[in-house]
Amino acid sequence: MKSLSVSKAVTAVMLAGLVLLPLYSHLSGNIFILTLLTRIVILALAAASLNLIMGFGGLMSFGHAAYLGIGGYAVGMLAQEGVGSGWIQFPVALAASAVYALVIGALSLRTRGVYFIMITLAFAQMAYYVASGLARYGGDDGLTVYKRSDFSGLIDLSNRTQFYYLCLACLLGVIFLIWRIVNSRFGLVVQGLRSNEQRMQAIGFPAKRYQLVCFVISGTMCGLAGALLANNTDFVSPAVMYWTRSGDLMVMVILGGMGTLFGPVMGAVVFLLLEEFLSQITEYWALIMGPLLLLVVLFGRGGIMGMLGRVGRG
Amino acid sequence: MAEPLLRVEKLVRRFGGIIATDNVSLDVAAGELHAIIGPNGAGKTTLISQLTGHLAPHSGSVSLAGRDITYLPAYRRCALGLARSFQITSLLLDFTAADNVALAAQAHAGTSFRFFADARKEKGLRDAAHAALDRVGLAHRADVLVSKLSHGERRQIELAVALASKPKLLLLDEPMAGLGVTESQGMVKLLQELRKEVSIVLVEHDMPAVFALADRISVLVYGRVIASGDPAAIRQNEDVKRAYLGDQHVVTHHG
Repeated sequence: MKSLSVSKAVTAVMLAGLVLLPLYSHLSGNIFILTLLTRIVILALAAASLNLIMGFGGLMSFGHAAYLGIGGYAVGMLAQEGVGSGWIQFPVALAASAVYALVIGALSLRTRGVYFIMITLAFAQMAYYVASGLARYGGDDGLTVYKRSDFSGLIDLSNRTQFYYLCLACLLGVIFLIWRIVNSRFGLVVQGLRSNEQRMQAIGFPAKRYQLVCFVISGTMCGLAGALLANNTDFVSPAVMYWTRSGDLMVMVILGGMGTLFGPVMGAVVFLLLEEFLSQITEYWALIMGPLLLLVVLFGRGGIMGMLGRVGRG
Repeated sequence: MAEPLLRVEKLVRRFGGIIATDNVSLDVAAGELHAIIGPNGAGKTTLISQLTGHLAPHSGSVSLAGRDITYLPAYRRCALGLARSFQITSLLLDFTAADNVALAAQAHAGTSFRFFADARKEKGLRDAAHAALDRVGLAHRADVLVSKLSHGERRQIELAVALASKPKLLLLDEPMAGLGVTESQGMVKLLQELRKEVSIVLVEHDMPAVFALADRISVLVYGRVIASGDPAAIRQNEDVKRAYLGDQHVVTHHG
């Protein structure tokens, strides 16, 4: 029980920070903190969605950045065409992500292991090149979103603080959903398939359809992150779908702790804070970041959450 | 005679030039414990894999309670009442014993596309799991991770998982494999109890166990059934002595 309490305490401190720091930023006028935190929360949401399929489902999707792009482009393209309502933009972003996940999942789930990684990566790169070819929507240069999604006065996305708390609410809502899902009948089946697919087939579960549904849920959640990201940067470009971004998301999940509820959030916080501060010290920040990540992966089994657990026990 | 529970007809499976299952036909009546024995490499596991749906035959048919299941996938056969245990223990190691068994019960209790309610709080599933664990004598280990259980205990969990799906027919692939003497005796006792409730196909190397348990025995050699009958008849059968027990003669006389 003591091991639980250490990681729980750290998680609580982190969450308190995510809730309270923007208030400080609002009062002190320090916008920098708020901008950084908004980015962290949105990418934490994307990492949490990846964790559902990768950590709990055991399927290494290496193309999750595609959903960031699809969610983002749904918002950007609709805005460009004069549809500014968030009530339309967000559902379209989620639906487009779900449809993409359904098609890609149905094809990718015929494979396993390394092949699954490569095929999800290949599809995401295809999405990247398709976006680069959208001449009407900026092509390579990307698309500026001149007006943020309009939620008919209910919430103002142009207000930094309000937007931040919307993102935080989305993150916590998604984590709540994931918590319910992984403990549900469906979630147990998906985790059982991660553990031993042959056994699950033998007791009567057709593996693929459960994994496909999980893949679609995960992709849809990440599409939400994409829609928020486009609003945050007022801009969407093919670069958000590039494979290095998918890699960043994977690193966040592994760094924080695969298959734990708050691990991906922890991973996103640590990863993006390190990136921010190391890049202020030196332009060769990746030279420091790389070895740090290596150390965590080599010696910190279970990521940060796993290490906190061992600290508690030790 | 009534329709047998399991009917295997002229099953053939080749691996390249080797015929691993050569025109195998056998019937298992409801309530029967039918043992399949044979020396190493006789094709027992190949045969079992075709019964469970992990391997497709090249010709022939398998039917369960009158229904042709020759080409059904494993999970569909399970839904029809066919449960199996694995020769090499195959469980969800990072789940508790109760979770392993409850999942098997869940597979047969309505849809698993439920996303919100806590499955570990479903009384029906938990009760079924505990009943099955109790049946194999492991109720007190319900909340232990399977990775922390002993080999013998895992063999028992295999059985509990198979039982939890309330099968019509149990396919047991060497349930005594790797068990110590006492554990084996416990397993024989358990199977003696279970056979009152469910029909069983037993593949096993442990000869005393087989002769103690089986109603009928089929002897498989080089993929073919060379004899089928009750234990006494098999003991007397000259072909069996020559082909199967004969191996041991060679070993004892020249080894």
